[in-house]
Amino acid sequence: MPANRFNNFTDYGIGIGLRAPHYHHILTRKPVVDWFEIISENFMIDGGRPLHILDQILEQYKVVQHGVSMYFGSAERPNKEHLRRLKTLVQRTKTPWLSDHLCWGSVDGRYTHDLLPMPYTFEAARITAQKVREVRDFVEVPVVVENVSSYAEFHVSEMTEWEFLNEVVERADCGILLDVNNIYVSSRNHSFDPYTYVNSVPSERVAQIHIAGHSKYKKYILDTHDHPVIDPVWKLYERAIERVGHTATLLEWDDSIPSFDEVHDEALKANRFLASASLAKAV
Amino acid sequence: MKLLSIQRRMARAVMTPLTPSERMRSTTPDGRSMRNVASAIIKPNDRLTSFERLEIYNRQYWFRILSGFAEDFPGLRAVLGGSRFDRVAKAYLTDCPSQSFTLRNLGSRLEGWLRKNPRWTAGRGNLALDMARLEWADIEAFDGRAEPTLKPEDLASANPAKLRLRLQPYVQLLDLRYPVDDLLLEVRKEDDDTDVASNAFSERHHQKRVSAVAKLKPSSIFLAVHRMDDSVYFRRLHRDEFAILSALRSGKPLKSAVESAMRESLISSDDRADNVQHWFQTWAALGWFCRIESKGGARPRRSKMPRRSSAQA
Repeated sequence: MPANRFNNFTDYGIGIGLRAPHYHHILTRKPVVDWFEIISENFMIDGGRPLHILDQILEQYKVVQHGVSMYFGSAERPNKEHLRRLKTLVQRTKTPWLSDHLCWGSVDGRYTHDLLPMPYTFEAARITAQKVREVRDFVEVPVVVENVSSYAEFHVSEMTEWEFLNEVVERADCGILLDVNNIYVSSRNHSFDPYTYVNSVPSERVAQIHIAGHSKYKKYILDTHDHPVIDPVWKLYERAIERVGHTATLLEWDDSIPSFDEVHDEALKANRFLASASLAKAV
Repeated sequence: MKLLSIQRRMARAVMTPLTPSERMRSTTPDGRSMRNVASAIIKPNDRLTSFERLEIYNRQYWFRILSGFAEDFPGLRAVLGGSRFDRVAKAYLTDCPSQSFTLRNLGSRLEGWLRKNPRWTAGRGNLALDMARLEWADIEAFDGRAEPTLKPEDLASANPAKLRLRLQPYVQLLDLRYPVDDLLLEVRKEDDDTDVASNAFSERHHQKRVSAVAKLKPSSIFLAVHRMDDSVYFRRLHRDEFAILSALRSGKPLKSAVESAMRESLISSDDRADNVQHWFQTWAALGWFCRIESKGGARPRRSKMPRRSSAQA
């Protein structure tokens, strides 16, 4: 499943998030990196330095767009200005696929700038899938949805999170950005078996995988992206790779960002699992 | 319960201001029990109540937007002091929650809000307003659109009576009552220094900043906030420069823009022509004029200058 219609039949390796503290290192040292993931919203602007940096990165690296505020699960229609700017950026980056989260975050035109959890209902799945289709039709690249970390569950839910994910992607006929750290975090917060989740995902729809670190508190875990990946998440990643094969993998590190080399080295740890997947495929 | 109803209820709770100790309030703004609101939509688990689970999102919301706002308005923070700035930020963001998909626009309504709510900045109202306007102009100049610049050949057959010169969208023109440009540069310099400084060092700088704000006297200035090689600069303008540029921005033809702007000029009539010529040369050299009849955005130039570094130019 590495190259499939949801990642535009690409076969990307291990990438890291493009973050401002690393710009100078990347542009001057030109390190070998399979690909960078950018936060779309940071570049949905009219001009200035961010776009110049991006253009320089695009000259040398493959870039994939990842959004944080399309809010597929919000009950309101997509914001037209958002869509227009997103499409302009898609044309600039030529991203092979576009990801955003299976969540909501705005209502009545007001934005929380957070990834709020969905009530897992059939109504919500229908609305979300419709919005995914609408965005995909507008931007004209494959759209994949990412499972989020969550700290709350709703009384009205009619299914599990993984059943909801499956319901949405089937209805929208879209791909999945499988975040194994988010599965781990939510499994601890909601007391479910993370392997049940990973084993339930339709492997043929997985376009990309996210790994990251998180922060533990007394009664819950927060998805903070400010630590290395812990062993249980690597084990979950290993299981995901066993199921879906050699898949584009991205390490997220968004806070307390260490040196470029430290972030990249952490991401490259995924190689040991990807190598096994490649070997298994060869055998 | 329908999706929209759940989202409205949860958003209202999440966007409710925190208590002074940064916890979720026990009542909603309209007086209902927050515990009842939480338990009506959110399940408890074996470790957290519905209230506590909702509170995680409530706190995250406020920490995120307050941090983004503080990052964008360090000058306003210097003018108001930390505690007052925090109160202003919470009041503003309560009245004007984000209406944009990007946090970049968080401060877009601050100037209007400050004008309507002078009590929050009483005693430093004009200074705070000037600083807020400057910091928002800085954001707009940083990533505003750049169009292809005017070429000498564009003017070859132009008729000054009809020629309409357009300013680059990223150029921001400000008339201010205080020289807040100097203060903001000082604040930023100190912030850069304190990144690598000891506590004692930053305390000394804090005292210096408080003193700088206290000493700042009203002094009318005209300013262009513009961008060059990806860095934002503050350029002081002569009153007549500001008047000409403002007239051009409003769409006046070149001839009438200059005539109307210079009508009340204090520059001697002998020197006016030389001054105007010099200004236009400078503005053109800075790339402030858009190419005539250009359409769409330009492909910007490249530079390795740091983000939002501001300096006099």
